[in-house]
Amino acid sequence: MVNISKSFGDVKANDNISFSVNYGEIYSLLGENGAGKSTLVNMLSGIYTPDSGDIYVHGERLRLASPADSISSGIGMIHQHFKLINVMTAMENIAIGQEHGFLFRKKKVKDKIEDICSRYGFRLEPEKLVRDMSVGEKQTVEILKVLYRGADILILDEPTAVLTPQETERLFDILLRMKEQGCAIIIITHKLHEVMEISDRVSVLRRGEIAGTVNTQETSPMELTSMMVGKKVTLSIERPPVKSDDIMLEVRDLSLIDRDSIKKLDRVSFSVRAGEILGVAGVAGSGQKELCESIQGLERRKRGGILFKGENISHLTPRAIFEKGLRISFIPEDRLGMGLVPTMDLVDNVILKDYYLQKGIFLDREPARQRAEHIVKMLNVHTPSIYHPVNKLSGGNIQKVLLGREIDSAPDFLVTAYPTRGLDIGSAHLIYDELNRQKERGVGILYVGEDLNILLSLCDRIMVMFEGRIIGTVDAATATKEELGLMMLGEVTGGVNSND
Amino acid sequence: MDISFFTAAVVAGTPLLFAILGELMTEKAGQLNLGVEGMMLMGAVVGFKTALITGDPFLALAGAMLAGALGALIFGVLTVSLRANQVVAGLTLTIFGTGFSSFMGQGLMGEVIPESMKLFFADFKIPLLGDIPVIGQIFFNQGMLVYTGYIAAIVAGLYLYRTSIGLNLRSVGENTAAADAAGIKVSRYKYIHILIGGLLCGLAGAYLSLVYIPSWQENVTAGRGWIAVALVIFCRWNPYRVLAGAFLFGGLDIIGFRIQKYDFHISQYMIDMLPYLVTIIILILVSAGKSSAGSPPASLGESYFREER
Amino acid sequence: MIKMSARTDCSAKESAAIRGGAIILALVTVSFFIMILGHNPFSVYGSMIEGAFGTVYRITETLRKSIPLIVASLGISLAFRLKFWNIGAEGQIMMGAMGATFCALTFPDLSSWLLLPMMGAASIICGGIWGAIPAYFRAKWRTNETIFTLMMNYVALKWLTYLQYGPWKDPAALGFPKIPGFSPNAVLPNVFGLHAGWIIAIVLVIIIHLFINHTQRGYEISVVGGSENTGRYAGMNVKAVIIYTIFLSGGICGLCGMIEASGVNRTLSVGITMGAGYTAIITSWLSSLKAPVIPVVCVLFAAMIQGGTFIQMAFQIPQSAAQILQGTILFFVLGSEFFVRYRVSFIKNIKAGGEK
Repeated sequence: MVNISKSFGDVKANDNISFSVNYGEIYSLLGENGAGKSTLVNMLSGIYTPDSGDIYVHGERLRLASPADSISSGIGMIHQHFKLINVMTAMENIAIGQEHGFLFRKKKVKDKIEDICSRYGFRLEPEKLVRDMSVGEKQTVEILKVLYRGADILILDEPTAVLTPQETERLFDILLRMKEQGCAIIIITHKLHEVMEISDRVSVLRRGEIAGTVNTQETSPMELTSMMVGKKVTLSIERPPVKSDDIMLEVRDLSLIDRDSIKKLDRVSFSVRAGEILGVAGVAGSGQKELCESIQGLERRKRGGILFKGENISHLTPRAIFEKGLRISFIPEDRLGMGLVPTMDLVDNVILKDYYLQKGIFLDREPARQRAEHIVKMLNVHTPSIYHPVNKLSGGNIQKVLLGREIDSAPDFLVTAYPTRGLDIGSAHLIYDELNRQKERGVGILYVGEDLNILLSLCDRIMVMFEGRIIGTVDAATATKEELGLMMLGEVTGGVNSND
Repeated sequence: MDISFFTAAVVAGTPLLFAILGELMTEKAGQLNLGVEGMMLMGAVVGFKTALITGDPFLALAGAMLAGALGALIFGVLTVSLRANQVVAGLTLTIFGTGFSSFMGQGLMGEVIPESMKLFFADFKIPLLGDIPVIGQIFFNQGMLVYTGYIAAIVAGLYLYRTSIGLNLRSVGENTAAADAAGIKVSRYKYIHILIGGLLCGLAGAYLSLVYIPSWQENVTAGRGWIAVALVIFCRWNPYRVLAGAFLFGGLDIIGFRIQKYDFHISQYMIDMLPYLVTIIILILVSAGKSSAGSPPASLGESYFREER
Repeated sequence: MIKMSARTDCSAKESAAIRGGAIILALVTVSFFIMILGHNPFSVYGSMIEGAFGTVYRITETLRKSIPLIVASLGISLAFRLKFWNIGAEGQIMMGAMGATFCALTFPDLSSWLLLPMMGAASIICGGIWGAIPAYFRAKWRTNETIFTLMMNYVALKWLTYLQYGPWKDPAALGFPKIPGFSPNAVLPNVFGLHAGWIIAIVLVIIIHLFINHTQRGYEISVVGGSENTGRYAGMNVKAVIIYTIFLSGGICGLCGMIEASGVNRTLSVGITMGAGYTAIITSWLSSLKAPVIPVVCVLFAAMIQGGTFIQMAFQIPQSAAQILQGTILFFVLGSEFFVRYRVSFIKNIKAGGEK
């Protein structure tokens, strides 16, 4: 890629970027969230078209106007958010857009898939529906999809974000095997240690520009970090000690069966102390969402007890909990789908939870206006005005508005799900610091996260969920990533449960 | 009830059959076109007028199908290229089609199509199949368009589940972004199947005005287009089930007329409500059902813009 | 090659200009249609305007036709704000008219001061219930409300036909299927030459505007319409919000039926709605669901309908041409929204395109 630039509106996502990859090489694009990595490779895969610059494959200049062009040039992309069809089988997903014959010949497709599997050492059931698959299996389907198309340039966008450490190891083995077979592999990541472990060369992206390209063997994590953030500071996460022994929230034998009669939560019991951060780890869909919504009072089908400051709140609605003077703040995973009203401005979003406490039938927005201004100042939200619709803000700023509103209500307990997903390092650390500030105020925090490094350094204890059950709870100061990874796969290790 | 009732039910179900198949094809491409009623009316009036002018059944059918496709094309430009709200675009198409048909149909009231054409659409027996007792009488002593309907449903089923194009089409409706990333020309698929939908809805309208009635009346569809949209849900987006759904509702459509001779103490207007009430009940039952099987194409009704982040 | 990108910077002025341009394009398109029919579009449009606003009588007629559109559009706009696609206004109008007619026929001798409010209340309740039934199932099981409300239109129509041809048939009409006329007590009085429905319409515009923008209930509607999950998250009773909002939506449409029956027809018949329930879908969408804009759009649409009857006499162009014109305008405005949301630019093809 030579001199590639791309803007979205006024935002320059990529500015004059050039790099090259050789066959038989693993090449990393490193950079924090929002540095422009995904945009860059999306231009290689034909999803975006560059505003300027040229792309050469095999020395030939190409115009990649659509994914079809990209595929026919031998480029295969494995997207961060899998592009799979849940109601179809693995085989059908792989064959989409490929079978050029009129009839769909299952046998032929199956043979070819099995051939590729044996060549690279994959395991896959071709007739299995994607919706019944684990994340790891889905990724296998994505990779097979690309290989099936005969791609020799593979791009993987944050491939390890949702994998356990063990699954990551297996993925890396496969990638190395592909490299031996002569493929060119581009990995996009923000995890330093992965870069060091697997890649031959690495380019660091910062604010849409290349900050430098180095051979992995000639660099160190320290050097890469400073290239990523642009200054020689190491951002660390503090962990103030837990001061209190008072139990703030206690969950007893919480179970939940959903509409399709599937057990989402299975006798979950744990407790959180005042001023403690309890981390929740687990493969996506292990019951984290249901747990959060149960505590908040949103989930009505649950059984079991939720004791908040000794009071059973398991059968109360969110509003009834609020009216008892119990302040549980909740930062849901899907910010625009649940926490905020996307088309409304900051003021109308700030008033969301307590508008109904006003007397009479009318709505006075003046208090909300002041609070919105306060939040903008407190968390340094970048917005043209407080009357700007929130869906027009960037991801980090949207999250700040949500966090700001929830913290501004002076909560006793805070439930957060993936609060820093998609945020750049600066914004993420702002949020970790804010969580720690709340912790020191004596707020109990339930932190659902995916990055094990962050969980290990931010939380006091970490609880691992698997298929709706709690596999174990570990002390974050002593636990290791490998230990957590095994637990996430459902293997019971001797996790210490400090409640016992 | 005698066998002639079931034979008539198949006839009454045939316009529904075409319309349901048309909407099903459109929805498989992820587009929700609520303009079925409008496209049917456009087809009905153009088909009828062409029949009066030319007396040629093929031209009449072709005209009707093209009229339906024209309506679909407007919908396609608005929702695929210009990413307009599909619900509103479909509603507008229905309003437009209603106006179009009453505009074109001005002065056609009471006109009857030529005898020669009635002959063309007349019933004939399929050898062998038509001799099967009961079944043969009900299904295989029908007009040419009824047979076309059977074939269309089966072809649609084979197309969707047995061909690579069908596989690609389903992927467009289920996950447009995934289909796009797999190199499928998403817009082309959407346009083509919206147009196929329009052709079939136009044919459905023509069946009403040319064969079923067969003279001109204002608003000849009487809500059948909407029932067709509902029956797509009832048939769970499966062309084979469409056969059953269409003929079941064909039966409901004529039951009011048939029941008169039995001297029930129910007003005919109340019995006329039946197809609409049953549609409502089916909608409720389908939505109350627990299972997620037979759920709509996952990307149904969403506009797709590749660069949207 | 054409390149599109999302934009967020479209000013209100610019988007108004884009919409205005779309309406002009629609008029131009229909001109071609008129020319094919062998008429001069300028004189056709000219006489439409003349037919709608040429004399005091015609202006009154235009306004009279705009009243049901305004009231029904207000009702529909409430539902659309919830993203509840209520296309059952037609049936809700009929049910409202039936409720009002029931009162009018049962208590013909009651004083106007009692009878008219009673008819109004009955129409709101009947129309409201007709809307609340689909709303209940939508709230409970997410039943598809578009088809449900539409089917309810046909049920209402058959019900009304039944009444007209059966129990409510006027015995004095010598077997002709018509419902008896209202007693003078059941007729809306004229105010400044037009039945009092126009006052109801104006008051409703103000109330709905205040309700949506300045009350807690109105705020809830906006929240739930923006995101149902967020409504749940904020502790709202989302199901209740859906049901009572659609009750209101249907109730206002029902009131529209009472106004038409009492103010215009002074009786009830199957043709009571004149298609207002469908036209109002277009007008409320064109008004961006904003109450203060609704009367403006509705008067323009009423002018098209009134002008349409005029050109039918002057040019023998069928009245339904007005319907085609309305549909075309909405097509163009719908299409034009694209240019509000996306920027389209033309860039030169990069040469040497090498798909291998």
